[in-house]
This record gives sequence, C-alpha cells and structure tokens, in this order.
Amino acid sequence: MDKFTTLTGIAAPMPLVNIDTDMIIPKQFLKTIQRSGLGKNLFDEMRYTQDGAEIADFVLNQPSYRKAEIIVAGDNFGCGSSREHAPWALLDFGIRCVISTSFADIFFNNCFKNGILPIVMPQEVVDVLMEDARKGGNARVTVDLEAQTVTTSGGQSFGFEVDPFRKHCLMNGLDDIGLTLEKAAAIDSFEARAKVARPWA
Amino acid sequence: MTAPRTLYDKIWDDHVVHQAEDGTCLLYIDRHLVHEVTSPQAFEGLRMTGRKVRAPEKTIAVPDHNVPTTLDRAKGIENEESRIQVEALDKNARDFGVNYYPVSDIRQGIVHIVGPEQGWTLPGMTVVCGDSHTATHGAFGALAHGIGTSEVEHVLATQTLIQKKSKNMKVEITGSLRPGVTAKDITMAVIGETGTAGGTGYVIEYCGQAIRELSMEGRMTVCNMAIEGGARAGLIAPDEKTFAYCMGRPHAPKGAAWEAAVSYWKTLFTDEGAHFDKVVTLKGEDIAPLVTWGTSPEDVLPITATVPSPADFTGGKVEAVQRALDYMGLTPGQKLSDIAIDTVFIGSCTNGRIEDLRAAAEVVKGKKIKVKRAMVVPGSGLVRAQAEEEGLAKIFTDAGFEWRLAGCSMCLAMNPDQLAPGERCAATSNRNFEGRQGRGGRTHLVSPGMAAAAALTGHLTDVRDLMAETV
Repeated sequence: MDKFTTLTGIAAPMPLVNIDTDMIIPKQFLKTIQRSGLGKNLFDEMRYTQDGAEIADFVLNQPSYRKAEIIVAGDNFGCGSSREHAPWALLDFGIRCVISTSFADIFFNNCFKNGILPIVMPQEVVDVLMEDARKGGNARVTVDLEAQTVTTSGGQSFGFEVDPFRKHCLMNGLDDIGLTLEKAAAIDSFEARAKVARPWA
Repeated sequence: MTAPRTLYDKIWDDHVVHQAEDGTCLLYIDRHLVHEVTSPQAFEGLRMTGRKVRAPEKTIAVPDHNVPTTLDRAKGIENEESRIQVEALDKNARDFGVNYYPVSDIRQGIVHIVGPEQGWTLPGMTVVCGDSHTATHGAFGALAHGIGTSEVEHVLATQTLIQKKSKNMKVEITGSLRPGVTAKDITMAVIGETGTAGGTGYVIEYCGQAIRELSMEGRMTVCNMAIEGGARAGLIAPDEKTFAYCMGRPHAPKGAAWEAAVSYWKTLFTDEGAHFDKVVTLKGEDIAPLVTWGTSPEDVLPITATVPSPADFTGGKVEAVQRALDYMGLTPGQKLSDIAIDTVFIGSCTNGRIEDLRAAAEVVKGKKIKVKRAMVVPGSGLVRAQAEEEGLAKIFTDAGFEWRLAGCSMCLAMNPDQLAPGERCAATSNRNFEGRQGRGGRTHLVSPGMAAAAALTGHLTDVRDLMAETV
C-alpha cells in the first residue's frame, strides 16, 4: 500500500447525495480477478453512454477535472455493497482522498486498506470545499494527514479527525495482516479458551 | 455486578482477542463465508505472501453471484470472465482446503441462505463475508457484517478482524403486523424512517412484539437490509424459534454439545437497563405494504401513496429526487398503484427462502401472470427442492413464472439475468440503485406477496386487494 502523507491536487465536486458503490463501479466490472485496471470504468454509467462515448458534462470528463485527485462529495458516499472494487477504481483513476459529510461504513474501511483517505467534515465545511472545487483546474486543495488539515486554494484551513491507528498505518503504508500476525500468540490463546467455553463454534 | 450490557456488547466481549489503548480491537471470527466475486484477490494475496488459511474448517465457500440460474447451467458458464471467477473459487477452495459447495451440489445457493441452512450460522457467533448482506445472519443473534476484500484476506490469514466497536441502536417494532404486511415491509419502513445513513456507525438490535412474532425466515429478511440503513449489522436476540431452526442442521452441535450451546445461547439478550445510543420505535399496526419509487432504499412509501415531488424534500435530497424521478420515468402525483410493471423478480438473499416462496405462491395460486416475464429464483438448491415438494413450483409455472435454479440472479445482474434499459421490475431484492439490475433498468422493491400481485395485474398492486378476493 502506498503511503499517504500530504496531497495537493485538483478536487472534483460531486454534490449528489447517496453516491452508491454501483455508481462508483457497476457490477459488470466486478468479474475481474485483479485489483488493477478499474480506473477507466470508474463511475462508468455516469461517465459513458451505452455505446461507450464520454458524457461531456460528467465532472471527471471535463478538462479541468480529468486529473482530479480529490473528490468532494454529497452525504453518505459509498453506500451499498462491500465491493473493494470501488476504492480500487478510485485509486486506479488517481483519486487519493474523498471528502464528505458521511461515508458508508464498509466503503470507509476499504479506503484505508488502499491508501485512500476518506475525510468526514461538517456540512458547512463541505459546502466551502465544494465551492472551492467548482473553481476547476487552477484551484489546488491541500490535504495534510500529519497535521490533519484540509486547505482550500484560497488558503482557508480546516481541521479533521482521523482514527490514530488508521492514520499511523496510512502514513507508513503498513500492511494490516503483518501487524496482526505479530499477535499470533494472543490468537492462539484465544482459540484455546474458546474451545473450552464454546466448543461448538 | 457488571454493568448491564446489550446483546451486541455481549457478543463483542466474547470475541475480543486483543484491545489496544486507543480501543482498536482484534476480534475473533467464528465463521467466514466466501463467494467468488470478492475473494480471488484475497486468495491471490495469500499465495503471494506464502500465507495459509488459518482456520479452513471455519471457512465456507459457495459460488452465487455469477452462476447462471437457467435449467441448462450444467453446460457451463458462457461469459468468460464469470466462468474464470467461478473456476478461481473452485481452485482456491481446493488449494486452501475450505468447506465448499460447488455449482453442481444441491446445497449450493446464495451464501447467506446456505450458511443458516447448513447450520454454520449459530447464535452468539461472529460471522463475516465479503458481501454487505452478511447482516442477514444477525437474525440468529450472531454479529454478522460485510467486509472488503483486504479484510477477507485478513480473516483468511488470521481468523480475526481489526475493529472498533460501533454504537448501540435499538429498533423496536411494537404490536403485531396487519394482514398482507411482512418482514420486508418492516425493514423497508425502518429505512424510510431513518434514511440510508441513519444506521451509520451503529449495530442495530431489532426487538419488540412484531419481531418476536416473525419466523426465522422473516427475521433474516429484516436483518438482511440493516446494511441498507447504513448499520454495520442487525441483530435479533435468539429465542426458542431460533433454537428450533438450528436443531438438527448438519453443522449445528449435537447431544451434550447442543445442550451446552443452548444454555449459552439463552444468555444472549440485552440486559434490563442497558444503554442504547439511539432508539427508533415503530408501531407494527402502522406499517402498510411498501414499495420504493426512487433509486435509494430510503425512497419508500405505502402502495396507497403517490409519487412525491422534489419540492417535498430539502438539502441535497432535492437534486437526488429529481435525478431519481428522471431515471425511474415517474411523475410527481402519479399513483404508485398505476405504475405498469414489465418484469417480476422473486428471489435474493432478502426474499429467496421457502417462506417467501410460500407467500408469493399463495397470491399466485390458480391465476396467470400479466407481465412480460416473471421469474422465481430460489435461494438455494434445497429451497428449490422443498418448494417443488410442496407444490409451489407447479403453482408458479402454471401461472407463467419461470422456475429457476439457485443464485443471486437479477438482484445484482452479474449473471445473464438482467433488465434492459427502461425495463421496469417489481423485485423482492434489496437495492433499487441506478443500473443495479441492468443499465437503465428500473427497480421497485417490494415483498414477495406484492411482487406476486404485480405479476398478476401488470402494475404495482396492493396485495391486500387480491387477498380480499380469495377470502
């Protein structure tokens, strides 16, 4: 997993609420057995017509946002299925950070496993960031994970909360499984106790 | 004396392997269910790092999303990518030695139907799967939730998950349901009340008389859609109905082990005075047969209502409703019961169990469909066999329904069962998202009885009207 420390980039505004994982990556692209290559199908049915032509007014098809690295989104982003293909597709497109008033639980977890930082901000801050994102390609937003701040193109800065353990993993690009396997002795002893207490499980 | 605990607190406490100072826990996983779509990259990760599956005996794999449901499926899967994905699961299950129900096995079906049916899912367990509808298993008083593929790999390798505890939410349904109203209507009514983000950050415990009165099948339907309300999981405390359902299942404990299990399971309830961070109460009598009109499960109204207008909403929902109405091809003020239906889909992990098929068959019996196509897709091979034995299959085929083999089918349309652009479907599944059942397809979520009613009339219909006819 790539480390996430600071990011300065273009933010794409997507004010629609309840952007679900079927929108982010429709099911026909879940048939892959790989993690990579999904970026071209990110938001596929919003981004392309049935015959594959680009829909010009979709935000990521607009010249200013084709290289967006941040999405500022409406409430409840990533709701729906558990498909990790959603963050894989975002990452493959080049998105490293999503900012919204709330995220669906599984999507939120999946982001951290892939070096994407989801940031929850109050509505009034998301409104300011959405306006800033609408300025297009000349406006650069800066996300500083260490300092836990998001700074608009105009220099306005907002703090955000992040779980300390997840921050640590993201900043150092750590592999969760490796960390857990260091606790193998604790898992062994739990299993031994559970075998007595709940032998049927 | 320990402080009073909720059911969720109790299951959580019994599965903590390690707790860090900041509250991050390593939680032990009792059952790991696996399907072909969200697991190939996880098994590949194990291979690349030389890791093994820590507890193959607690890991259960079954292909369901991609499998064809047509009667000729023994000839193989036509779509190459789908076939490769199912073949990858075959190989991974064999290489890593996990429990496996291949397509050819009569016990194959939707993972969330197979787990309980085979007795893998039991009260008090932690159950995960790379699938958001894992919430289904909460009906047994098991802490069950969906995970992403990275977490699938983590569970395969360590039999644990890194978790922070969610908050406790109580959803109480008081009183009894009225005739024609089902578990599906309960779960949709709750989402209508709280919104699709209303449960975010919570584990819901469903309780109250109307929940107690539900069968295990109905309870699974309620918990199944906890995720559509944003909750990590839904739970229902186990009771005599739960124990009766589990008893004798192939992987349920037997003899003395059964007795020990039941006495433990009887401790799995929320203590008097335990704290809930959020409480929602609905009256069972107030719930009507419901139908979704939009593209989010929260877009739900009684069948007797009319299509709303964007002006009825505020904030970001105004734009979303306009977009939904455009997508759905509906006009504000239009009666929901006037909406013509092309296709009816009865099945899915929400409503693909025997009781659901019985409810639909009761409405259909002796009548003919008026829609272009209608299909019943049983949730497992065993559900299908039972429905045939009970004569339900004949009722469906006589009426003009297609009688399919088990799988996820048109719930998410990864296999060939898909809607065409503009095609309108009354579905017993769980998601009415744009494109969910096929690009441009229009989904109305309903109960099995309501789906059957729509099939018979050709438009969304109040099932109670048809029930009155047969009385």
